[in-house]
Amino acid sequence: MSDTTYTTSREALRRRQQDPHRVGHTGHPKNEPVPGTGQGASGPATKRIIVGYGFWVFLLSDIVIFSAFFAAYAVLQGQTAGGPGARDIVELPRTAWETGALLLSSFTCGLSFAATNARNKLWTQVFFVVTGLLGLVFLGLELQEFLSLAARGVTPQRSAFLSAFFAVVGLHGLHVTVGLLWLGTMVAQLQVKGFRREIVHRIICFNLFWHALDIVWVGLFSVVYLLGAVR
Amino acid sequence: MFGKLSWSAIPLSEPIPLITSIVVLLALFGTLALITVKGWWPYLWQEWITSVDHKRIGVMYCVLGLMMLIRGFSDAILMRTQQAVAINAPGYLPPEHYDQIFSAHGTIMIFFGAMPLIIGVINFVVPLQLGVRDVAFPTFNNVSFWLTASGALLVNVSLFIGEFARTGWLPYPPLSEATYSPGVGVDYYLWAIQISGIGTLITGINFVTTILKMRCPGMTYLRMPMFTWTAFAASLLIVAVFPILTATLAMLSLDRYFGFHFFTNDRGGNAMMFMNLIWAWGHPEVYILVLPAFGIFSEIFSTFSGKPLFGYRSMVAATLFICVVSLMVWLHHFFTMGAGAAVNTAFGISTSVIAVGTGVKVFNWIFTMYGGRVRMSVPMLWSLGFIFTFVIGGMTGVLLAVPPADFLTHNSMFLVAHFHNVIVGGVIFGLFAGLIYWFPKAFGFRLHEGWGKAAFWFAFFGFWVTFAPLYVLGLEGMTRRLQHVNIPEWRPWLLISLFGVALIAISVACQITQLVVSIRDRDKLRDDTGDPWDGRSLEWATPSPAPFFNFAVLPSVEGEDAYWRIKEKAIETQRLGPEPHYEPIDMPLNSPVGFFTAFFASATGFALIWHIWWLAWAGIVGAFIGFVIFAWRDVHEYEVPAEKVAVIDRARRAARQAALARMEARREALDGGVAS
Repeated sequence: MSDTTYTTSREALRRRQQDPHRVGHTGHPKNEPVPGTGQGASGPATKRIIVGYGFWVFLLSDIVIFSAFFAAYAVLQGQTAGGPGARDIVELPRTAWETGALLLSSFTCGLSFAATNARNKLWTQVFFVVTGLLGLVFLGLELQEFLSLAARGVTPQRSAFLSAFFAVVGLHGLHVTVGLLWLGTMVAQLQVKGFRREIVHRIICFNLFWHALDIVWVGLFSVVYLLGAVR
Repeated sequence: MFGKLSWSAIPLSEPIPLITSIVVLLALFGTLALITVKGWWPYLWQEWITSVDHKRIGVMYCVLGLMMLIRGFSDAILMRTQQAVAINAPGYLPPEHYDQIFSAHGTIMIFFGAMPLIIGVINFVVPLQLGVRDVAFPTFNNVSFWLTASGALLVNVSLFIGEFARTGWLPYPPLSEATYSPGVGVDYYLWAIQISGIGTLITGINFVTTILKMRCPGMTYLRMPMFTWTAFAASLLIVAVFPILTATLAMLSLDRYFGFHFFTNDRGGNAMMFMNLIWAWGHPEVYILVLPAFGIFSEIFSTFSGKPLFGYRSMVAATLFICVVSLMVWLHHFFTMGAGAAVNTAFGISTSVIAVGTGVKVFNWIFTMYGGRVRMSVPMLWSLGFIFTFVIGGMTGVLLAVPPADFLTHNSMFLVAHFHNVIVGGVIFGLFAGLIYWFPKAFGFRLHEGWGKAAFWFAFFGFWVTFAPLYVLGLEGMTRRLQHVNIPEWRPWLLISLFGVALIAISVACQITQLVVSIRDRDKLRDDTGDPWDGRSLEWATPSPAPFFNFAVLPSVEGEDAYWRIKEKAIETQRLGPEPHYEPIDMPLNSPVGFFTAFFASATGFALIWHIWWLAWAGIVGAFIGFVIFAWRDVHEYEVPAEKVAVIDRARRAARQAALARMEARREALDGGVAS
């Protein structure tokens, strides 16, 4: 399985050459199959495309898990059993800080990938570490929120609404934790092994994962926190 | 130290589980001792346990599935016997044991019998049909298998240590909540299914990626064989719905372990939410099982009729139609929930509509046979038995899809008869057909025809004698899952049903005999050419058994029925194509990561079931360390030198050339006979 190791920026360059005016399509000038894309006519795709594609499919399945928890939250959000409702437990300032930290971490993650494309190990590592620190800030804030709620007796055992709330927010937090473990492993691996082919593939997957967590947080932030505050 | 685990977990006072445990353990240790004495461990470890070859993994899946089918069938024998004797009598199985048996029967048959077999066949066949050397993620494929095996292990451990769920094969709350099921039974269910479910999800991702991104040159979408299409639809469904199962069971686990209130009776929990979520997975799951079976039948009807599949494109459309609509029918499992007439009507209509797609398929299969040169080989018998059985099962399904009728038959034996009618008649018949059809490709020899035919006829009649009475009993008002009955009029039907089980048991014996006899006579049944059935798709272009790299040179496809065209051309010109230029091949290295993952998963699962928290953490940490060690590996592939590829492929070409010569000699003899 041969592999052309072109970077995303090079891919962007190629696109610009083919489509200088950015009309969005190249008009398929030649009907020749492009090797390595995995279309039926040209044989199996390159490893990079297969890995990225498979990871996208995994992310979709992960989104389905989240949607099941979102659905449960939607069904149960009124079931407070006489306990606190969403309005009583949402603290928007803290949520704003959490959101800021996470969105910024996505930005630094993107910067690290730009460095990866330039094959610059130092800056990739620097931005990875910044990403990780911002992730830790997010987790710390979330933990603080959960602990302060628990101190007030607001626990998932109190009502179905709180079960769904803690589960859906906690599931995202669990994902961030796993992502941080992955990030730590990734930093160590990159340091030891450099930009080998499979390391770059993993970095691509990590980037996809981290941005996906961001997207899920946007959903959480809107559905659970913002809608909760106005209800 | 050991959580809830103590000596009282071993069923010393109950003779049936105790004796079964002893027999199974003796058999297990006997097998392990035999392997050790014979010195087979290195071979098993290198060639099977750590193998990342999709064909080996497929075979291991099928072996696991067949073993679990036998386990599930023994549960079935217990249930039918109990009901036949427990008429105004207690029978021989106490209720708490009987409840575990029907729960284990359903769980094992669906998750550890049918699923591994379907995934095994997909694993074995799809890369061969696509003309490629492996799946997208070979190592993950191995991990998937071992996670499934780990789940199966946990379910079977529950027989010896502790108990299994008494809730039915889907643990409906509030019965499955800690309040009403305080034992470890439901926990066994939860962790076994979670672990194997992750394995299945990885398989789904693997095959979606394989089929979309790894096809040999020229294999465009509308040239893919029908089985590959159905495997694709099933993989899409796995990716779409197995996460729902994971999420739902995670919610139930949170309820049980941490006192959450997702599905409880108190504090706002909503048990019906569980039904909705679980069936949003559960109904597509049925199609995950049956769509690949449809694909198997499509291959067989076409091959054994000597014709291209009738209406190939409509078949693809029908498959994808079923794939999509299967996500929109889940509510028909609980019309009696009380969602109201409008909701019930909508789901009743969508349920009936899905039968249209299946109808298209049935007509296509019949028209494939029409005008063909039909060969009544064993796979074809199973396929014909399927059409008859499945059409009737489908019709009772349409009956159940009508909400007012469903109110009368909900949770009755009529329902039990219906879903066995479609799952046995569709999935199990399809799997047996497929196993016999692709067996030569895996092992290099065919299975004995006579014993295969006997197995089919006993299974076919056995099935109908077992389940036709259950339709009658259902209409007479017998509900499912009864430990004893108190209506003597039902006795004849229950006895007929028990007789049917005996017929099926004879069929199982025939299958085992078929395997033994075929292994004994393997030289007589040898498949020299690699194309024993006059096949049409690319798997038959390889020798039997297929070499580990499948294809020395990736085939170039020019139309539908890819191999058929190559073969026709060879027969016409009386020679094979020119010898290709052989190049070295990169193949993935074997990896023990799947085995170790499953080891840690089993340990963690067992620890969580018995609340042994230190062990659970140890398992998770161990798994993470294993993951890092695996990720640190530098060499993932090894190179097969061009000379080795050439030697293997030249042997294949020589066999093909000899077959051509035999064909030519036969034709000349025939012509000579006509001339004189």
